[in-house]
Amino acid sequence: MRYLPLAPADRQAMLAAIGASSVEDLFVDVPEAARLTGRIRGLPDHAGELSVERQLGSLARRNMVAGEVPFFLGCGAYRHHNPASVDHLIQRGEFLTSYTPYQPEIAQGTLQALFEFQTQVARLYGCDVANASMYDGSTACWEAVVMARRVTRRGKAVLSSGLHPHYVSVCETMARFTGDVLDVALPELVAETDAERLLAAIDDETSCVVVQYPDILGRIADLAPIAERAHAKGALLIAVVTEPVALGAIRSPGEMGADIVVGEGQSLGVGLNFGGPYVGLFACQDKFVRQMPGRLCGETVDAEGKRGFVLTLSTREQHIRREKATSNICTNSGLCALAFTIHMTLLGETGLRKLAETNHFLATETAERLVEIPGVEVINDSFFNEFTLRLPKEARPVVRALADKGVLGGVSLGRLYPGAEALENGLVVAVTETVSRIDIQAFAAALEEALA
Amino acid sequence: MSMNREGRPTRPQDAEASGETFTGNRALMLEEPLIFEMGEENGTGVDFDERQEETIGHRGFEHDEDFYRDRLGGLQRRAPIGLPGLSEPQTVRHYTRLSRQNYAIDLGLFPLGSCTMKHNPRLNEKVARMPGFADIHPLQPADTVQGAYALIDMLAHWLVTLTGMHSVAMSPKAGAHGELCGLLAIRSALEARGDARAVVLVPESAHGTNPATAAFAGYRVENIPATARGRVDLEALKARLGPDVAAVMITNPNTCGLFEPEMIAISEAVHAAGALVYCDGANFNAIVGRVRPGDLGIDAMHINLHKTFSTPHGGGGPGSGPVVFSEALTPFAPLPFVEKQGDRYELIEEETAGEHHGRTFGRMTAFHGQMGMFTRAMSYILSHGADGLRQVSGDAVLNANYILRELEDVLDAPFGASGPCMHEALFSDKGFAGGLTTIDLAKGLIDEGFHPMTMYFPLVVHGAMLVEPTETESKAALDQFIGAMRSVAERAKAGDQSLKAAPIHAPRRRLDETLAARRPILVYKAPEQG
Repeated sequence: MRYLPLAPADRQAMLAAIGASSVEDLFVDVPEAARLTGRIRGLPDHAGELSVERQLGSLARRNMVAGEVPFFLGCGAYRHHNPASVDHLIQRGEFLTSYTPYQPEIAQGTLQALFEFQTQVARLYGCDVANASMYDGSTACWEAVVMARRVTRRGKAVLSSGLHPHYVSVCETMARFTGDVLDVALPELVAETDAERLLAAIDDETSCVVVQYPDILGRIADLAPIAERAHAKGALLIAVVTEPVALGAIRSPGEMGADIVVGEGQSLGVGLNFGGPYVGLFACQDKFVRQMPGRLCGETVDAEGKRGFVLTLSTREQHIRREKATSNICTNSGLCALAFTIHMTLLGETGLRKLAETNHFLATETAERLVEIPGVEVINDSFFNEFTLRLPKEARPVVRALADKGVLGGVSLGRLYPGAEALENGLVVAVTETVSRIDIQAFAAALEEALA
Repeated sequence: MSMNREGRPTRPQDAEASGETFTGNRALMLEEPLIFEMGEENGTGVDFDERQEETIGHRGFEHDEDFYRDRLGGLQRRAPIGLPGLSEPQTVRHYTRLSRQNYAIDLGLFPLGSCTMKHNPRLNEKVARMPGFADIHPLQPADTVQGAYALIDMLAHWLVTLTGMHSVAMSPKAGAHGELCGLLAIRSALEARGDARAVVLVPESAHGTNPATAAFAGYRVENIPATARGRVDLEALKARLGPDVAAVMITNPNTCGLFEPEMIAISEAVHAAGALVYCDGANFNAIVGRVRPGDLGIDAMHINLHKTFSTPHGGGGPGSGPVVFSEALTPFAPLPFVEKQGDRYELIEEETAGEHHGRTFGRMTAFHGQMGMFTRAMSYILSHGADGLRQVSGDAVLNANYILRELEDVLDAPFGASGPCMHEALFSDKGFAGGLTTIDLAKGLIDEGFHPMTMYFPLVVHGAMLVEPTETESKAALDQFIGAMRSVAERAKAGDQSLKAAPIHAPRRRLDETLAARRPILVYKAPEQG
């Protein structure tokens, strides 16, 4: 077995040193009744690399690959071009096969990269500080709601109807157990976001308002009035950003008064991966730092006075505080955070702005082309790289018909909001720099045909 | 003209070395600034397609009729963000230099108990990067991702079979998220029978995530003590069980590296009291292929794919924590999951749950779990097969016992007398002299070229040192590690104060963690001008 270095002679020598006659003797504490004597039935034996690659490759080939077809899906996961050096660097064994940096003297590489990550995320979000990452955007969102409860000592959260429905579901699942009260609503296929509803819903019991920016339908609204109203009532504004590239074009939530900004970082460096692993971003203003969940990397000095980095403020965390911790999170999304940071370093501000500009331009061009199709409307006044179409018929079968023609043409709102009839004609279309003019033409032609 | 018959000197000359260098570098050990200190505010390492640039130009988001009107709702970002950019060669060098300041499994034995740092086969990386797995979107229509659903189903089948359980929830993102999943299912099951209970019992030796998770799920946490032999105290547990106890969280093999021999009796007692058994499966790698948790009366257990099935730790994640369930808990498992219906795989989500799975406790995360970890774990599992996995646990346990017996004459082994250990060997700093403790041995080990073992955990042993070699070490590597441990342990027992200064050969000396916490600097700020 190629991954097991012990030879039979080694095993014999080691058993002799231990004073056992067989490996089975070492399992003496396992009750006889629970001990399996042979190998588990119904499962195949070991296999060589070639055979494993063939088996799994045959499954991979049964999927329609995003990069091989006109592709317009978003809604919380975006397909961007990942520079070749990102994947090369994260595969260096010193990053890939290292552990959580609890021994900082021999983990400065991971720690310094995390410090760069935290700084990049804080600046992108317009916040003072950011943590070393969460599992993904949806879990980061719930953790932010819990944090707001700790800060305000209130238990009612107002969620925007423009918040990703999976994020809403995660909050609903958790709130059922924690007793938090959630004020939720379904989105409407109109140009305006639900800012008015949010302003009306904030009261003296409200711990936080959670607003996605741009929202699930792609709409962009100023967060400042909501922040102002929330603060006047002693509540926090939590902004959720599922597409970090947008912040190369539009103002950061922190600038507009958000207290906590969370989101998904998958767009940069990580890739689609069928939904995971992704990387949750979590940032806030300085005064809340001791209420943050997750790991934090901080600067310090070593015994010789040289600058170095360590994991810090760990008295918030489960391995020290146990049941009194701010969260149960242990592992974060270290390697994905590294990928995010390397991609962001390659882009720099210059590249990020240009990337955002390219996305937005191609999205506007796509929107203009698609509204030429009879019966198709764009509901958005504002958007970044994602907008919502109202089709003249139910969108879900249209998406399937498009897929049959080899076009992955967006996410139907019927998929995201099953049973919501008012939304069933909605189709959310995302356009990134990976979309070519030929793709736009192919999509438009296929959509026109599917609607005919 | 005379020939230089000496040429370049080929023998070292005698000289005094100062050790100081102009750059602060020490040969291959290279100091590296932060990207924010490199003066590259406007740099970039990404070029955009020229044809697109022609169309878009560099005019930014101006309202220009000849050009195009942006649709950003009047919220254009104008102020600088402060994100420096590096060209590709600078970027590659920066992160390559940083990487060299890390210890890694690829460099040597990583004896971190309870964390299971085993070799990460590169085939797994290759498989995870197949475009058919890596470049597919989680919301693609089901017909276009049948292979992905099939892979999830295949891994689910293996996990259920290896654990002897009834079903598995694949979506939890890491071990602690899996714990949460298990406890929420337990709470849902209890509430469904109208018997909400308030307390979760956790052994003193448990991972910190156990009590933190129970609290996060809304439970009050109480500890149960360990016996002198490092096991759960069954009598104390039985005495505490009652109508307010919802669940007991047991780690088996436990964090002392020992199998709980009374596990079946524990489960029976818990069930008799109307509660459920959660098993922290962090140590499943010790028993995979040899014991099925389903035969021990367990109701829910998470499996850390990065521990048992070798998906890489990546410097702290991403993890993946599927949870296997007993038949009693299966109806409450979270959404979404993959179900085979005839020849076709369907994703069961909120919409379809009603028909198939009406009692689910709901969704824990967007989309459907850590696909990139599923592919790696599947590749690992198929490579080993049923026979190889049995060998994995056998070798892991053999290696740990070898270390236990080769070191117990120089290091205190608190449970060494109670029989063989499982996949990790527990020692303590009892007998160290001169004020030296576990951390000094750990840091001394760094100078010997090893990552330290787990320090001060489990909490039930004072000055604990938990050593887990894993099955992917050769006997030669173990012998070298044992030699290093013996040497540093002898120094610690002799009170060798130079250990207090260790490490001296690492990229950094000991770091001031108190200063970091007292005056937190969590992001880079440019020095004040002046």
